[in-house]
Amino acid sequence: MSSDRRVVVTGLGAITPVGNDVNSYWDALVAGRSGAGPITGFDASAFDCRIAAEVKGFEPASGFKNPKDARRADRYTQLAVAAAKQAVADAALADPTGLDLDRIGVMIGSGIGGLITLETQHSIYLEKGPGRLSPFLIPMLISNIASGIVGMEHGFRGPNLAVVTACATSAQCIGEGWRIIRDGDADVIVAGGSEAAICPMGIGGFAAMRAVSFRNDDPQAASRPWDKGRDGFLMGEGAGMVVIETLEHAKKRGAKIYCELAGYGLSADAYHLSAPDPEGAGAAKAMASALKRAAVNLDEVGYINAHGTSTPLGDICETLAIKRVFGERAKGVAVSSSKSMIGHLLGAAGAVEAIACVKTIETGVIHPTINLADPDPQCDLDYVPNVARQARVDVALSNSFGFGGHNSCLVLKRI
Amino acid sequence: MADKTLEERVREIIVEQLGVNAEQVTTEARFIEDLGADSLDTVELVMAFEEEFGVEVPDEDAEKLQTVGTVIEYLKDKADK
Repeated sequence: MSSDRRVVVTGLGAITPVGNDVNSYWDALVAGRSGAGPITGFDASAFDCRIAAEVKGFEPASGFKNPKDARRADRYTQLAVAAAKQAVADAALADPTGLDLDRIGVMIGSGIGGLITLETQHSIYLEKGPGRLSPFLIPMLISNIASGIVGMEHGFRGPNLAVVTACATSAQCIGEGWRIIRDGDADVIVAGGSEAAICPMGIGGFAAMRAVSFRNDDPQAASRPWDKGRDGFLMGEGAGMVVIETLEHAKKRGAKIYCELAGYGLSADAYHLSAPDPEGAGAAKAMASALKRAAVNLDEVGYINAHGTSTPLGDICETLAIKRVFGERAKGVAVSSSKSMIGHLLGAAGAVEAIACVKTIETGVIHPTINLADPDPQCDLDYVPNVARQARVDVALSNSFGFGGHNSCLVLKRI
Repeated sequence: MADKTLEERVREIIVEQLGVNAEQVTTEARFIEDLGADSLDTVELVMAFEEEFGVEVPDEDAEKLQTVGTVIEYLKDKADK
């Protein structure tokens, strides 16, 4: 497919474990501040994993025009609506005057959806029977409802859907939004993802897979991508949103332009439920095709925001994948993991990490990977250990991979 | 005195569930037209009354409960039986 419609980023919004807006989020990443701690959202004392990176001080109704609607929304949707409101305001789209609302779409996904709602309602069912199930159970649970509600909140009537690919969800929402804009079906899309799964079923389920860190005595050291001592990811929660639109549309309305969303690549491992392809071939293919779509050369890439989950296998496979794509140049590219500080935001991870790439291009600062004390010998790239770095970056990649073998890569480029 | 308590409890539930101000919850107020409820809200509201007052409200009765006043009268009636 070719299209002469160039797509740019004009708005950002984030609710994260280290800050409830984009600036405080970015400042924390640059400062190397962890958002991890003991789980406070429920009593986790019986669980093998008792730590997470929770969002703090979040007002559930903050994103809604009518506060009543917050009561009818799962936490994942509350986070999404608040982050989307920030992004829409940042892009100066909050006032609909002069906008063609039929040409503005929304693509917001969640890896899991309303898991907290499902838990709560299932308990009610067991205690009180089916007659006490809420009429809001289904609309609160489904993982596309955040996308629908954000459309309702702002009156955006363009294409509206939710891509669901586990931990690649929001990266692929942004990528498929890019595709829809290039295809001509919309001029503007609010794209991203949200997750709120720090609850007994979420933590217990990932703990049963041995996917999460059990470093309960030192939560802020639990997420340590590429370090020898890593033992799984740290569960996070939150939401990330970007506003993307055609360059022409942005210019016409005089919007502030952060950078170009120049390319998007995707592939499948076709290998295993949860383990990555040990050769990193699928991840490499996603990166290579994103670079091809963006028509950028390898030596233009100054930064990769890695998937970097801090799992024993994943970190090695992503390292191999980067080497497959960059060859000799691999060690010359700065690579860092936002998850070392915010944990793994699952369906929101790709979006908040794409935002980190946008801020890197904008500010000329690469945020560090914290807790990288003793690198795994199989992980030998430049992971920007522990301290932020000044560097002009013209092209940044954001990698996101999901259970099921979904691989995706976004290319952000200075304009 | 007991009647007033029932009324108060009904009004509190409505304020809580529909996110409206107490002043809006007049006896004449209609749930859908005046208090902004939708069909899902009304289901949840009836469920909340059943829970609070330990009664069963059959669907054919629930359909008739369109104002704050009719709910209060209905629940008083149930309580007297």
